[in-house]
Amino acid sequence: MSTTVADLHDHHEDHGPAKGIGRWLFSTNHKDIGTMYLVFSLTMFFIGGVMAMVIRSELAIPGLQFVHPEFFNSMTTMHALIMVFGAVMPAFVGLANWMIPLMIGAPDMALPRMNNWSFWILPVAFSILLSTLFMPGGAPASGWTMYPPLVLQTGNAFPFLIFSVHLMGISSIMGAINVIVTIINMRAPDMTLLKMPMFVWTWLITAYLLIAVMPVLAGAVTMLLTDQFFGTSFFLAAGGGDPVMFQHIFWFFGHPEVYIMILPAFGVISEIIPTFSRKKLFGHDSMVYAASSIAFLSFIVWAHHMFTVGMPLTGQMFFMFATMLIAVPTGVKVFNWVATMWRGAMTFETPMLFSLAFVFLFTIGGFSGLMLAAAPADIQYHDTYFVVAHFHYVLVPGSIFAIMAGVYYWLPKWTGHMYDEKLGKLHFWTSTIFVNLAFFPMHFLGLAGMPRRIPDYSTQFTDFNTIASIGALGFGLSQLIFVLVLFRALKGAKATDRVWEGAHGLEWTLPSPAPYHTWETPPKARIAGEAFE
Amino acid sequence: MNEKPQKLNAENRSLTGRLLLLVAAMFGFGFLLVPLYDVFCEITGFGGRTNATAAVVKEAPDLSREIRVEFVTTVNSYAPFEFAADVDSMTVNPGKMYFATFTAKNLTRADRIAQAVPSVAPVAAAEHFTKIECFCFTSQEFDALEARAMPLQFIVDPNLPEYVDTITLQYTFFDTPRAAANNPL
Repeated sequence: MSTTVADLHDHHEDHGPAKGIGRWLFSTNHKDIGTMYLVFSLTMFFIGGVMAMVIRSELAIPGLQFVHPEFFNSMTTMHALIMVFGAVMPAFVGLANWMIPLMIGAPDMALPRMNNWSFWILPVAFSILLSTLFMPGGAPASGWTMYPPLVLQTGNAFPFLIFSVHLMGISSIMGAINVIVTIINMRAPDMTLLKMPMFVWTWLITAYLLIAVMPVLAGAVTMLLTDQFFGTSFFLAAGGGDPVMFQHIFWFFGHPEVYIMILPAFGVISEIIPTFSRKKLFGHDSMVYAASSIAFLSFIVWAHHMFTVGMPLTGQMFFMFATMLIAVPTGVKVFNWVATMWRGAMTFETPMLFSLAFVFLFTIGGFSGLMLAAAPADIQYHDTYFVVAHFHYVLVPGSIFAIMAGVYYWLPKWTGHMYDEKLGKLHFWTSTIFVNLAFFPMHFLGLAGMPRRIPDYSTQFTDFNTIASIGALGFGLSQLIFVLVLFRALKGAKATDRVWEGAHGLEWTLPSPAPYHTWETPPKARIAGEAFE
Repeated sequence: MNEKPQKLNAENRSLTGRLLLLVAAMFGFGFLLVPLYDVFCEITGFGGRTNATAAVVKEAPDLSREIRVEFVTTVNSYAPFEFAADVDSMTVNPGKMYFATFTAKNLTRADRIAQAVPSVAPVAAAEHFTKIECFCFTSQEFDALEARAMPLQFIVDPNLPEYVDTITLQYTFFDTPRAAANNPL
């Protein structure tokens, strides 16, 4: 064993990537796998985006013009599943794969072969999910929350839906285990836990959330499967089950899930704002405690998604106040970002622009979340476009903007070339204007009573819907600029090692582009000290 | 040099093992939520759940108080039955036993088995609404096209909270063989 390890090690010294498709199929290199995750995520972002375009074109004017209501429901369901499990989560896992080893001075992820598996399961899972579009009975149309008994009426697609969710869960769990083991066991010798960069910290917390809740989702969908095919009655009232129980189990997974999609975003933003403010992150440790508190609270607020299904008054009060409590640690984070910028020598390159928009627009989404948390008010807002506006504000100019900020920020380190700043800024401004045009009117629609998940609506909702559709189309087209930026960054002006004047952190002490193998010997305390004092 | 990677490998393996245990435990926890939810519902009456087997209760009528008991019936969309309460509502005194009938008709030319599932609103009344005898305690067999009245005997507990003056008892009527075999129609 010891000779094998030594051999492998020697072998690796001057070993570049393998040639051809094999490099990608069999890769155990964290950078290759990170790249594959990011490219996969971008692909899914566009597939889910096309579905969003179908939804918005149907809703641009009242009446049924392009699609059947059944297909419309499939589009909302598939759009959500693809964006949540195919676009946002893999993008963050991709960033984790690329950056965590570079940031903590580790040569690779701790479990490289499992890393390969956890990526390659994803294309399989989503091929299965997308194949349901062509099945008799159509793709799943019950909403991504898969509530029974409605979801049990799905046609042939039903078992495929369940198995694809199982596979996505397995992939996420393996990715999460890998992240935890890497962070706990493979940090540079002098890097204590509280010296870790915020992105690493938020990912450590996220990974624990994933391990805690993805198995619960797997359990819930397994119960759906046995209810449908093996005669159990977990959720069938006729056999003594209770469909409401599914909602409890689902949201026990579902609420931590929304923090799984935002905590790494907090981490990315906490890396970028100090760089372009040329100051250290304000209150690093309080950020750690805030993120941990958010993670803990996420386990005891699930029933705020179900105020309208009926619940004793004490239950409503508990879930309402627990939910509002989350605003406190989140407020700490927003305060710290603003305090980091305070009197900083700020410049506004594309990653910083996306980060600033994140802080502002995510906070708007947070505020509408507080409104929804109020149990008496929620009875009016529930299942209206107000909810749609809320979660799109936290997910699009929230999570997605953070992912884009991260990509612009680290892209020169990945490719060795600067991206086109002009195009980047154009991408930012078009995205930001159109994202607000798309989602802000939805608040008004929801307050006026327009329900979500409908293909047609009363004529008084026409104007805001038309505006939202124009915004959505504009946002979709703006993302083509992003693809152009990415392609052009594969060559062109050389990036320096540090890339950004104010950048601190181990990843910036490496050459640009980052060599195929890095930190084969852990960074010395002196370099490291510069990075994480 | 050789010792270190080996030590790291062992550490990685043990941490991975512990994390996998956590995954398995959480998968189990998902299923554990099912009995926990049942216990929770039984204790609190959450979801309008009432007693599922016959109860023995002493009569102690409280003639000073009148409660309106309403009956609501729903037929599951897959159940080929007609199902309705013979009276829409009754005015009752707490602590006194009452009798009501519900009539169901099998609309098909085949024998069928049905199951009624009750729910009581408001939730606070659920634990104070006691069924002495109910057609919902067992499944009901119907011959082809058979119609028959089914009994319900109940008593409202005098400890019913002051603010409750109306109790709604709702039944959903299911076709159980379909629920059991799950043949999609």
